[in-house]
Amino acid sequence: MLNVYLFQILNGLGLGMIYFLISVGLTLIFGLLNFVNFAHGAFFLLGSYLCYTTVTLTGNFWLSLLLAPLAVGLLAWLLERSLIRRIYHLPHTFQILVTLGIALIIQEVSIMLWGPVGKSVPTPELLRGIVRLGHFAYPQYRLFLIGFAALVAVALWLLLERTRFGALVRAGSESTETVSLLGTNIFRLFSITFALGVALAGLAGVLSAPLRGANPFLGPEILGVAFVVVVIGGMGSFGGALAAGLMVGVVQSLMASLWPQGSSLMIYAAMAVVILLRPYGLFGRA
Amino acid sequence: MLEVDDIHSYYDKSHVLEGVSLHVEAGELVTLLGRNGAGKTTTLKSIVGLVPPRQGAVRFEGRVINGQEPFRIARQGVALVPEHRGIFGLLSVEENLKIAARRRSRWQLADIYRLFPRLEERRRNGGNALSGGEQQMLAIARALINDPRILLLDEPTEGLAPVIVDEIVRILKDIRGLGLPVLLVEQNLRVCEQLADRHYVLEQGRVVYHGSAQAFRDDPAIRDRFLALSA
Ligand SMILES: Nc1ncnc2c1ncn2[C@@H]1O[C@H](COP(=O)(O)OP(=O)(O)OP(=O)(O)O)[C@@H](O)[C@H]1O
Ligand SMILES: [Mg+2]
Repeated sequence: MLNVYLFQILNGLGLGMIYFLISVGLTLIFGLLNFVNFAHGAFFLLGSYLCYTTVTLTGNFWLSLLLAPLAVGLLAWLLERSLIRRIYHLPHTFQILVTLGIALIIQEVSIMLWGPVGKSVPTPELLRGIVRLGHFAYPQYRLFLIGFAALVAVALWLLLERTRFGALVRAGSESTETVSLLGTNIFRLFSITFALGVALAGLAGVLSAPLRGANPFLGPEILGVAFVVVVIGGMGSFGGALAAGLMVGVVQSLMASLWPQGSSLMIYAAMAVVILLRPYGLFGRA
Repeated sequence: MLEVDDIHSYYDKSHVLEGVSLHVEAGELVTLLGRNGAGKTTTLKSIVGLVPPRQGAVRFEGRVINGQEPFRIARQGVALVPEHRGIFGLLSVEENLKIAARRRSRWQLADIYRLFPRLEERRRNGGNALSGGEQQMLAIARALINDPRILLLDEPTEGLAPVIVDEIVRILKDIRGLGLPVLLVEQNLRVCEQLADRHYVLEQGRVVYHGSAQAFRDDPAIRDRFLALSA
């Protein structure tokens, strides 16, 4: 019986790390650019589909782990240079309209290219087995997912906290004007941060593909969860995205075995409680 | 060196600078005086590109710089220490300096710490843990490490205790001693008179007086008028 819970908690941690990856990109973009990206879920979706196509063509999941986030990031970079940077100064409602439009285009184009029915992606060969710990058995891929996402989280943390680029991103979320007065090309900083945040969504899409496949309706669902995570954790907070991502993942996963219908209800209720008690989220600042 | 030539600047439709001209030569410390709302901050913002003038020109070392992005103007060596200091509260003191550091700057981190030992003591502290005086020192230090060829300072002694003001004055004297030209906006006349080679007085977006430190000191009429205005 205990093993069932352990199993669900581990599943929840894996799910939570995927939620973290997608939310941290969203929150990074919001923190620096004060930009609300409703296309974030669609980029996740694109990551999953690119993983599917790479695996179908080459049979190599690892290649897709490298290429798909790069391709999604590149697309984001191009979009930022051509369109997104023109709407930073507009109110959030306009940003939502524009990015929702982008999300719909990506979703419809995905349906045109890959069909309306979801595609499943095989687990990479290397990780098809299970890991045994006494009586307890757990799929290798899911363990890999937790470990790999944790590595990405550490790398990202080091990037943000220990490099000049990271310091500029943090400084920029306080005042972009002052950063530009120090001679930093703020436009380039914006483009890179947007592309990085979106590439993380693409990476999350790749990692989730062997578990959930690629399905055109994943985009809106994952966008909803990502916003819940960001609101619970606090806009612009790395630690908040991690803590809230894991929390939402574990709660969802436990609920799936206890009360499946209430799973979504539960996380939205949690978000409502957090907003009431701490309007800026668990780790947020006013 | 720096030449502001008949600039007109606006906030939306409100016409704030109505033809300001001034210049700062190599090695000079020049002050820009004037009562609240006269347009001093706007003049500095116009020079660094935050409020691009709609008419007139700003030239630095012979090149026209108005119309360029603020970061490009900054890269040419025009450094503004803004009115509220612009310290990043969530970054440590050292991070505040490091994001501004340039390899070819005459001031490297070690030089800055020699000039401002207090900042070295507090290097691991967050920017928002600093006192007002420390923040002002950090703001000046950060401008220096950014390799300026001219320094624009907006009311660096505002809100500081007299002892700290003296400390800032000492630092500004050092900077002038190094030959770095300074354009200083200041309300504290005592500070200005200790430092300046020349003064400009701004009123309602126009330069209404311009003279050497000596002439300014010797001309009680102008002084009274200015003092009366700023009282
Ligand atoms: N962001 C802004 N938007 C609209 N008007 C502004 C803005 N900033 C300043 N002004 C107006 O422009 C005029 C000049 O302001 P400025 O800040 O340049 O004055 P100042 O000489 O620096 O005054 P102070 O001594 O109070 O700092 C004032 O009338 C002010 O109300
Ligand atoms: Mg001012």
